[in-house]
Amino acid sequence: MFGMLWIDVYDMYMCSSSHQYPPDQLYAKEIMFTICTSMRQRALKPGQSPYRALLETLELTNTKLTLQLINDNNKVRLLLELYRLQGNMTRVKINELKPLKPRFEVPDVLINNPPTDLSLLSQDENGVVLSLGADSQWLIVSAKPFRLDIMEGREVLLSLNSRGLLAFEHLRIRKDTAEWVLNVVCPGWLFSPTGPSSISLDFSLPGVEHVYGIPEHADSLKLKTTDGGDPYRLFNLDVFQYELFNPMALYGAIPVMLSHSAQRTMGIFWLNAAETWVDISSNTAGKTVFGQMLDYVQGSSETPQTDVRWISESGIIDVFIMLGPTPTDVFSQYASLTGTQAFPPLSALAYHQCRWNYNDQEDVAAVDQGFDEHDIPYDFIWLDIEHTDGKRYFTWDPHKFPQPKDMLQGLMDKRRKMVTIVDPHIKVDSSYKIHNEIRSKGFYVKNKDGGDYEGWCWPGNSGYPDFTNPEMRAWWASMFAYDQYEGSMENMYTWNDMNEPSVFNGPEVTMHKDALHGNWENRDLHNLYGLYVQMATAEGLIERSGGVERPFVLTRAFFAGSQRYGAVWTGDNTAEWEHLKISIPMCLSLGLVGVSFCGADVGGFFKSPSTELLVRWYQTGAYQPFFRAHAHLDTPRREPWLFGPENTALIREAVRQRYALLPYWYQLFYHAHHSGQPVMRPLWVEYPQDTATFSMDDQFLLGEDLLVHPVTEEGGRGVTAYLPGKGEVWFDVHTFQKHNGAQNLYIPVTISSIPVFQRGGSIIPRKARVRRSSSCMEHDPYTLFVALSPKRFAQGELYIDDGHTFNFDKQKQFIHRRLSFANKALNLAPGSQFITPSWIEKIVILGASKPSKATLKTPDGKENLLEFEFDASMSVLTLRKPGVNAGVDWTVVLQ
Amino acid sequence: MSCALLLLLTSLALAMGTGTAVEIQRPRGVPQSKRQFYEENKPFTCLDGSSTIPFDRVNDDYCDCRDGSDEPGTAACPNGSFHCTNAGFRPAFIPSSRINDGICDCCDTTDEYNSGATCQNTCREMGRKERESLQIMAEITKEGFLLKQQLIHEAKRAQEDKQGKLTELQGSKKGLEGKVEALRTVKETAEDPEKEAKERHLKSWEEQKELIRMEKDKTRMAEAFLELDDDSDGYVSVAELQSHLELDPDSDGSLTETETQVRCLLFLPLKSREDVPPTVQTPEKREDDELSMPPYDTETQSLIDGAYIHLQSLICGPEFIWICRNLEKEIGFDFGPSAEFAYLYSQCYELSTSEYIYRLCPFNRVSQKPKFGGSETNLGLWGQWAGPEENLYSVMKYDHGQGCWQGPNRSTTVKLTCGKETVVTSTSEPSRCEYLMEFTTPAVCQEPASLDEVLHGHTEL
Repeated sequence: MFGMLWIDVYDMYMCSSSHQYPPDQLYAKEIMFTICTSMRQRALKPGQSPYRALLETLELTNTKLTLQLINDNNKVRLLLELYRLQGNMTRVKINELKPLKPRFEVPDVLINNPPTDLSLLSQDENGVVLSLGADSQWLIVSAKPFRLDIMEGREVLLSLNSRGLLAFEHLRIRKDTAEWVLNVVCPGWLFSPTGPSSISLDFSLPGVEHVYGIPEHADSLKLKTTDGGDPYRLFNLDVFQYELFNPMALYGAIPVMLSHSAQRTMGIFWLNAAETWVDISSNTAGKTVFGQMLDYVQGSSETPQTDVRWISESGIIDVFIMLGPTPTDVFSQYASLTGTQAFPPLSALAYHQCRWNYNDQEDVAAVDQGFDEHDIPYDFIWLDIEHTDGKRYFTWDPHKFPQPKDMLQGLMDKRRKMVTIVDPHIKVDSSYKIHNEIRSKGFYVKNKDGGDYEGWCWPGNSGYPDFTNPEMRAWWASMFAYDQYEGSMENMYTWNDMNEPSVFNGPEVTMHKDALHGNWENRDLHNLYGLYVQMATAEGLIERSGGVERPFVLTRAFFAGSQRYGAVWTGDNTAEWEHLKISIPMCLSLGLVGVSFCGADVGGFFKSPSTELLVRWYQTGAYQPFFRAHAHLDTPRREPWLFGPENTALIREAVRQRYALLPYWYQLFYHAHHSGQPVMRPLWVEYPQDTATFSMDDQFLLGEDLLVHPVTEEGGRGVTAYLPGKGEVWFDVHTFQKHNGAQNLYIPVTISSIPVFQRGGSIIPRKARVRRSSSCMEHDPYTLFVALSPKRFAQGELYIDDGHTFNFDKQKQFIHRRLSFANKALNLAPGSQFITPSWIEKIVILGASKPSKATLKTPDGKENLLEFEFDASMSVLTLRKPGVNAGVDWTVVLQ
Repeated sequence: MSCALLLLLTSLALAMGTGTAVEIQRPRGVPQSKRQFYEENKPFTCLDGSSTIPFDRVNDDYCDCRDGSDEPGTAACPNGSFHCTNAGFRPAFIPSSRINDGICDCCDTTDEYNSGATCQNTCREMGRKERESLQIMAEITKEGFLLKQQLIHEAKRAQEDKQGKLTELQGSKKGLEGKVEALRTVKETAEDPEKEAKERHLKSWEEQKELIRMEKDKTRMAEAFLELDDDSDGYVSVAELQSHLELDPDSDGSLTETETQVRCLLFLPLKSREDVPPTVQTPEKREDDELSMPPYDTETQSLIDGAYIHLQSLICGPEFIWICRNLEKEIGFDFGPSAEFAYLYSQCYELSTSEYIYRLCPFNRVSQKPKFGGSETNLGLWGQWAGPEENLYSVMKYDHGQGCWQGPNRSTTVKLTCGKETVVTSTSEPSRCEYLMEFTTPAVCQEPASLDEVLHGHTEL
């Protein structure tokens, strides 16, 4: 049995990894393919599970049930732990009862894990029934074969091991005869000293046809079935020119899957940081529409069901089942486990100008000047690896960047900022302080023989600091102090690239699996490395300011929980239309599992975009959370003004739209930080019963109020946007044209069009005075866009704080006001802890009728008549200059 | 509401404090030239005529006009612009989004009247600096322009000379061609195995006589060659020619181009230089041989061959081809409207940076050589003038340089600015494999306006 499981895992592993091998390693691929094919015959198939629950071992405390499982084939015992967690979650943990040595359990990802009451409802020789609290939810533990079913009433929500694919390779003394063959193929990194140690478990989701999440993959939002193909692979890798619509592993891994149906949304969080594969199958996939109709007519339709199988190379089974039932609930549940999105400095939500590389200080100054000359706002200019002295991070090239502080001061004078790259590979060079310190402190990852692990990366031979070590992280953080990182200033932030980690001469361009992080092998925690790098870096930026300033750190590799430390981007994409399109589902998938601060390289990293593609990418990027243009070293320059005045104007307009909308973006990020709700959302999140939205990934929502359908087709002359919500209305934000919900709307487009719609019933704050950086707009007045619902109602919010410190949190220094329009009055709720000079400049009411007069009432009892303009053709009412401070209460009465 | 009122008050107070007497009546941000449209206490009509508003809405920090003209002194209109008088320096318009943004844009500080930014009035200093630099520039331009006149004059003369030389060479080439043709017949005959020994003998004798005549021709050629050498900036030593060809393995293409005119290649496919006997040595040898009667057979044959090759080397050899080609090429080059750039031809200019030595050989190529060993990289061959339409001769483009990995062929853009000296002042690589070079030369100096004119054109009031 174990042998079979092992082969199966190996089989999947090899097949999927062979798929990723670069072409020059085709030879290895061929060998593996042969092995794979022969081994597939012997793969573990669904059937009766050999596992049986030993009910006599059951122990129940207030919050926890433990129970032993036995594999009847080899008599090895496992220990099952069941918890009910606050917020409608269940945790299922399975480990060896007596492992040869401890198996790895993922640390530092969970921020909270509060168990709550668990009570036994009944028990007999077949199993036990536990109450999961409200909503008449039960957990049934069946003894033989072992399985778990979570029920609500008579309905099964989810079953575990219902297909009998639970498998647990126990640790043992190594003596496998086939080992040498495999070691020839993958020397040194397939086997740990205690033999294969993979785990596997299956989940059945009755009634579910749509599953999402498990980023990072360059694939559609709705996950595909993997029958007959490779499974979705989660293994952080530096992939060169990745392919699209492919389950291959990319830079980051978040082992969280969401299931959704019109009835319920649920989530599965598989807390395991080893290489992981996910297989998905569905009983409805592949059925034609005719077949489905036939089922319907004949009434013989079986319930749709999705089956999922998770496999990991090592560690334990530790799975959190988030029972929803709404999408919002699942987001809150997951956030309660792993935390929420870091609240970025406001400027980080503005536009970022990056390139590998801005060559020298003069180049930086010239690009900065170029933005002013062409009146295009930007907040951050970025320096890639060439800015360092020979790829030694924390240093500057003495010829190209002799006076970094002068450069940073120049940017600061324009109220702009910079990001420099700090990668986790450290040049092995005895004249390099960082290397010497890490080496002398013993902070490098070790190879299996105990020496420092070394591999090739940008600087040549490099060491890899062991970020899993908290002492190492503390030391790393201290390196960002202004007196340590020479030439740094408070307007300089950080970018962590290559943190999968990338090892040019390592297997699949990453670290050998038998490299050692303390007692653990890289195999056990591979996918965590990148999270730790960003964690330590963000901590460094916080510390250097004495805990006052919010950090901004971009990472390429990530894991569950990475959202707490900053932003991610989708890595080294390509300047092709399909890559522009895929940026939407890639960021949507990340948003569903906690990472809201996501973006793709605008323009595409590899290759050179056509002018049209570049313009469209700016237009799309302007409405995605992390908005940064980036380009490969070998591509021609592509600053926005290099493509003629017309295109400069188009790009300027897209960037200006972003800046005008920053108050809304900031508010969305405040919510993401506060409650874990994604910023960029699939439509089904807000319209969970509208099945038409379930597979949509060419358009998306920002918060609940803006719908964006960017033009991503070459030569596009029109897009068909789906406006959801029966009985709702949507307003084109550019023309104020009103459209009904629940329709496919064809919108003719020109090269300047960015189709965006505001939901009727919402109020969105904007700053109409776009300046050269977001900091310059700090005290500017607001314009409120009030889009009325058919019932002539609207509400929204206004969130204001200082934009860059933790004072919003520590000292509650913020303004968060509710804006509502009802019965023709706009109200602001009281309660303010922050003073802003900003005021309300204009109120634009969409879908309004013409009033006879508009009166502004302030708390001091004063009443002022407001002038207004009414555009009857579009039913737009514009109230001129209410002039009230954005932090005070006021009411406008329309008569 | 109070906010707007406050701004208006502030605005008045500041205007009185810092403004000069002339601008007291101008609303903030309005240039003198538009002053008449902003009449206090009269309704204001947007400059695009789109609407008319009470005057107290001018600069009240709310945008009423579509063209932004009602808010010349605030940031309220997205498309507005603000006028800084900048007394002592140059007046300027800035986008109104830069008013009170905390960044000092106008040297007279008038754009930051309510942002808390502390700006220094730097207009006088900037004015002084600008006048100084304009003065220096004017002097450079003046001297440069004089130099340019000289260059034009020289270029004109040199051009005429070259045209003359070419015509002459082409003429003598025709004569030589005829002789070669004759000799070819001789050669073919000599090669005929059925020829009588006697005939062969006679022929060889005649051929010898012919050879002597040819020697004379050759001397004439060499004289022309030397003459050329003197006149045209001393360029044509054999060694130089050879090294030039070595650097330019692409010469096949160019030769083919010349083929139609010189027609050498019809006789003999161009061999590598090593195959061509050194022209200087051959005649001496011949003169020795002339005394004794040449023997028959193979020796005769080889002699005929030798003579043939020798003659051919005169008109088909690399020197001749090179001279003709270059003369033609040089005459055909676009050296500017008055050939003022002609003096750059066949010159090279170097700039040494920390890592590389850059070398610009105008109308030829740009290259880069690592300072500390390593081979030279071709950064582009002469392409064309690439300045903007109104100033075509301000930019040179060199392309088709060495290919880049996964990228384009290297290319270099050379920006020309007026200077007394002819110098490469900087190089950079703004984009991978696309180089930028700055180059000063008197040849781009424009006729200077009088200094007074220059300085006055930049100050208002």
